[in-house]
Amino acid sequence: MIYVPAILALLVTLALALVRAFRGPTLFDRALAGNAIGTVSMLLLALLEFFTGRPEYTDLALVYGLLNIGGTIAVLKFFRSGDLGKPALPAQERR
Amino acid sequence: MTLAQAATSVLLGAGGLFCVIGAVGLLRMPDVYTRAHAASVIETIGAGLILAGLAIDAGFTLATAKLGAMALLIFFASPTAGHALAKAAYERGIRAKLARPGAESEAVRGKDPAQ
Repeated sequence: MIYVPAILALLVTLALALVRAFRGPTLFDRALAGNAIGTVSMLLLALLEFFTGRPEYTDLALVYGLLNIGGTIAVLKFFRSGDLGKPALPAQERR
Repeated sequence: MTLAQAATSVLLGAGGLFCVIGAVGLLRMPDVYTRAHAASVIETIGAGLILAGLAIDAGFTLATAKLGAMALLIFFASPTAGHALAKAAYERGIRAKLARPGAESEAVRGKDPAQ
């Protein structure tokens, strides 16, 4: 099968990104690793559709990608300002 | 093996290789900004090559349209997430590791470091 090398490579990628997500050291490293894991999971689901021959997997990949971007932006907005509803600081107060 | 299958296997192999390269960079780079740089390899060329290989394999079908939607989603969402991540990290006081200490303030002031 021509899909097996790419699937194995993506599994290795997932494992390495998971190691970075556990090691940190800052929260933003973990958020970055989580975002990379989401993207790789989308690609893995798209590959699984062709590997197993079942047409449902690209729909799952699309839904997973939409959830991933929403989750990443929400987490980063929360940890930037400490509050989901608060507007960003005015320009002269930044830094 | 037809020509389309050969093109698919080459594109999938190259995409998987670039994904592993990006993950190794994510693991080995020294700070969060360089790690974001390494992770963007996964989201640009790794995802692009794998989706292109699958689209060649599927031909003109509904699956290719869905793969195109995934490609659009990745190519709009991942720069947005990268920008939000770098901005959030900077505003929470995380600074890039520099080869020379103080190089950032010199760059901000526009001062020649040789003087």
